[in-house]
Amino acid sequence: MKLNERSLAFYATCDSPADNSGFLYKRGERHTAYHRRWFVLKGNMLFYFEERESREPVGVIVLEGCNVELCDSAEDFAFAIRFGGTKSRTYVLAAESQAAMESWVKSLSRASFDYMRLVVRELEKQLEEMRWGLARGCGGSRGSPSSWKPKPSGLERSPEPLPALPAVLPKENGCAVWNNVLGVEQPPHPSGCGGHGDEGNPRPPPLPPRRRGSSGEAAAQSPSTFCRLHERYSRDMARLRQDWLQKQRGPRP
Amino acid sequence: MRFNERELLSLARQPAEKAAEIRMSLPRKGGVLKKRLVKLVVNFLFYFRTDEAEPIGALLLEHCRVTKEEENVFSISFIEEPERKYCFECASEEQCHEWVEALKRASYEFLRRSLIFYRNEIQKMTGKDPLEQYGISEEARFQLGTSSS
Repeated sequence: MKLNERSLAFYATCDSPADNSGFLYKRGERHTAYHRRWFVLKGNMLFYFEERESREPVGVIVLEGCNVELCDSAEDFAFAIRFGGTKSRTYVLAAESQAAMESWVKSLSRASFDYMRLVVRELEKQLEEMRWGLARGCGGSRGSPSSWKPKPSGLERSPEPLPALPAVLPKENGCAVWNNVLGVEQPPHPSGCGGHGDEGNPRPPPLPPRRRGSSGEAAAQSPSTFCRLHERYSRDMARLRQDWLQKQRGPRP
Repeated sequence: MRFNERELLSLARQPAEKAAEIRMSLPRKGGVLKKRLVKLVVNFLFYFRTDEAEPIGALLLEHCRVTKEEENVFSISFIEEPERKYCFECASEEQCHEWVEALKRASYEFLRRSLIFYRNEIQKMTGKDPLEQYGISEEARFQLGTSSS
């Protein structure tokens, strides 16, 4: 399968913010030797370079649909990226410290596009509910976010729809906005990726298209789905932590 | 560049946000439009020969520019090579418009922007960070204007 490798290499090396970066040891596929590589995580793509200064990544791991786990390894601070398929390869990585390992496990387990989409939908929903609250003259938008539930249906909603698309859409798909975020009062910043002068007005970006007919995916239609997902993440993290502590106490029988 | 092809193939089989048979050309001189099954899944655009189960290729949609060219034609190009265009000829102007809108939002970086925007708006209205209750407010990926460490 062809992949737009040049663009991938650009994405990996341009100055868009990385969600994590650092040296990790990567176990080879055929040989069990570990190689030290410079890793850069951007979105759901984990790039790895021979050296920190290398101009192009050696490879990339597409993280969508992966599970991150601790694993048994002679190597300290090891963890694995696993995929669901029967013949899927497991990537075994090792960090250089406990803190680094935890940081990587955390960021990798939250790296999927699906997860990000869930968070965005949740916030969009919260914002919408708050705006409806204001439109009804209910004012007072104080209170913890967890109390943002739809008002009783007896009340008539005068739905104030979220503002429409900005009049001028950004030219590049997600380019270089870390210095020039929609709705944030900041002077436009020329960026390494070609600039973005168009967003002066504070309108919420519309949501990405919903996935149709997906089975076994969190529908994210309600806060409870989102809370459940988060609880699952916390449980996973707690379990990983426990596993690690047990490992520390001594070898398993 | 090495990549985990098996997982990408598996992703290509997932339910798509959008899928259609569209005539498509690759960026090269005399690039001919050929009928392809084009499928949008997360931030990837897969393209298949219409009778094959495995995609010929995939485009990662980060840092790309989606432009409506003519009535029912749109193109995708990437920032570092804006003249190299992947062209798509749709059946109608409406279909073209739908795809352009969908593709513009189909990047991780777009989601990140949206999240930062909503987070900021909610914080302005409530004085509270909406991500705090989920314990993810310190996550690097949700920060405004972070630079790579």
